[in-house]
Amino acid sequence: MQKTKLQEIIDVIDDRTGIPSGISHFMGEDIPASSGWHQIFGSVAMFMILVQFFTGIMLAFNYAPTPGLAYDSLRYIMTEVTGGRLMRGLHHWGASMIIVIVVLHMIQVFIYGAYKKPREATWMVGVILLLLTLAYGLSGYLLAWDNRAYWGTVVTTQIAATIPGLGPYVSRLLASTGDIGVVTFARFYAAHVLLLPPITMMLIMLHVILVRRHGVAPQVGDELLPKKKFFPEQVFKDTVAIFIAFAILFTLAIAVRVPLERMADPTDTTYVPRPEWYFLFLFQTLKLFDGPLEVLGTVVFPTLAIVAMLAAPFIDRGKMVKVSQRFVAMGVVALAAIGWGGLTAAAVKSTPPQKASALIDFSGPTQWMQLKSGELSGIYFYKDQKCEVCHNVTAGSVAKNGPNLLGTGGRHPAAWMLDHFKNPQKGNPNSAMPAVNLTDDQMKDLASAMAALTEENGDLVATAPDFATHGASLYQKNSCAACHQLNGEGGEMGPPMNGLASRRTEAWVAEHFANPEKMSPGTPMPVYAFSKAEMDDVLQYLFTLPDKAPGK
Amino acid sequence: MTESNGTTTASNADGMPRRSFPVAFIYILNAIIGAALAIPTLIYLLVPPKGRKQSALVDAGDVSQLTPGVPVEMSFQVSRVDGWKALTEKRTAWVVKHTDNTIVAYGPQCTHLGCAYHYEEATKKFICPCHTTYFSIAGEVLSGPAPRPLDRYITKVENNRLMVGALKPVDGSKA
Repeated sequence: MQKTKLQEIIDVIDDRTGIPSGISHFMGEDIPASSGWHQIFGSVAMFMILVQFFTGIMLAFNYAPTPGLAYDSLRYIMTEVTGGRLMRGLHHWGASMIIVIVVLHMIQVFIYGAYKKPREATWMVGVILLLLTLAYGLSGYLLAWDNRAYWGTVVTTQIAATIPGLGPYVSRLLASTGDIGVVTFARFYAAHVLLLPPITMMLIMLHVILVRRHGVAPQVGDELLPKKKFFPEQVFKDTVAIFIAFAILFTLAIAVRVPLERMADPTDTTYVPRPEWYFLFLFQTLKLFDGPLEVLGTVVFPTLAIVAMLAAPFIDRGKMVKVSQRFVAMGVVALAAIGWGGLTAAAVKSTPPQKASALIDFSGPTQWMQLKSGELSGIYFYKDQKCEVCHNVTAGSVAKNGPNLLGTGGRHPAAWMLDHFKNPQKGNPNSAMPAVNLTDDQMKDLASAMAALTEENGDLVATAPDFATHGASLYQKNSCAACHQLNGEGGEMGPPMNGLASRRTEAWVAEHFANPEKMSPGTPMPVYAFSKAEMDDVLQYLFTLPDKAPGK
Repeated sequence: MTESNGTTTASNADGMPRRSFPVAFIYILNAIIGAALAIPTLIYLLVPPKGRKQSALVDAGDVSQLTPGVPVEMSFQVSRVDGWKALTEKRTAWVVKHTDNTIVAYGPQCTHLGCAYHYEEATKKFICPCHTTYFSIAGEVLSGPAPRPLDRYITKVENNRLMVGALKPVDGSKA
């Protein structure tokens, strides 16, 4: 047969480098007859790691690895770079999926007894790779530098500090002896992007070399059957699995928003830190032990679990038996699953709900924070009066019975709007609009909210959280603006509300509402008796105000 | 049954896998994954980030005292957004009041390779020291490698104050 030109080129490359024949040697590996769908996890895990490397590098192209700027640049990636939200989504959800896949890989190998002699080293390298995967999760968690990242890392580093004897040194290594700061951040970043990836690559190579050295583990009965080739059947199965995993990852990255919380605030006393879901079981284990026994949960049990995993091939030295008869292995997996699931569920259940203000997504629209209290209060009354039943406030939306209210402020002066609210039929006898049931002051707020809605910011109504609109309506109702500045409006007798969050704690302000004289003697501020729900919303509203009034 | 009995059944005589269906499928699935990563990546890297509002004209200084035909270097503060950072930085312009009282503000960099040029009193020309481009005070290239006249700021004079906006290249190379 005549050689094609392409074949000739490939032959030359093969002669000089050996790469093509190396690939076909790799692909042509003999695998046991029993090989099949249960062995796909290793390939999927490898693929997912490569996706993490890739998306991680892409994120780094637009990322400033220092506290503060890290947050700004991530927000830039998510709000201004096209495809940036997808890129972060892939990296974020990829991290979670790797944990799942690596654990499934491990369970499969464990149940099938594939860690037994002569594959002890393969298994042990795998255990170390699992630990590295967790280390990625731990170090990457801080890099968003939002409240979640900051407070999660505070807890993690405090746990590391309790290791008997070594604790102080670990703290020093992580630069977390004092506060979590620039040095801690640098250490976590360097570990995440410079230290861990090459180690991972080397260990994965070692892992694959060891798999090749000993061959894919056969099962009882395989010795009687002819061997199969890795390519194409097993490669096909692996590829299908990789494709499904990728499809899930891609869907998650598009469909599930990864929020960016408020920038890390070490003075926030209300934040409830929680680790990533795959660390919740450890977090819960910790709670089982008190006082001097705490070290059992932080160090002793996790260490024992790691040692037990590493030692599994030496504990179980029995011969290979059929999968269906590996009752002990299955029991161990089942017990571990129940333990893990129970602890995780308990941790989720014991998590108090985070305050609405802590969950604001700063990678979403936050223009409502710039609104004056009257405008924000007007949005509260817009919803309260169910105006949206007949009106739209977003550009290009489907028409409802009433007109779209974007740009109303440009068409009608406030006085016209007030008249219209009270007597809709005065201006238009055919109007089906009922009279607005609000006080004059409330109507003024509603009118100013309408005036604030322009073509660009109709989503203000949808994005302003309820606590903020309600808080602003209470701020208006109690005429706080008579003495206080807020977003550039109001009296100057009392201190400005912008920046309150960095000056006081919520508890202090709550106490101050109830008893101003006690908190700041001689203050002319009257007592405000808010209900619990009102107090909550007013406080959250005031504490989410921008630090500086817009435009200053 | 021995091992050697079975191994040959997996392949054809020429060593190619018998079933070609999974092979094509492997390539297709990989190609889809590759495209799903490559296309967003190209968009991510190549599409310019969504622009933010350009800052309005800024005050560069008083121009009532300028001598016609004598370039003066004026500096001013510009606020702009660089990626994720809001910056306030110093910019300079070579400002010329022409004899017809029109005012032009040139960008401070040579249009050849971006070196800073300066004004030579003796010859009444702008000279770039890097590759010896001469510009007239009208911004035209007199000699040297510069491909186009000096870039100009968008300007406006309000109450004798020079208001400076964005830098725009002058269209057309040497006439």
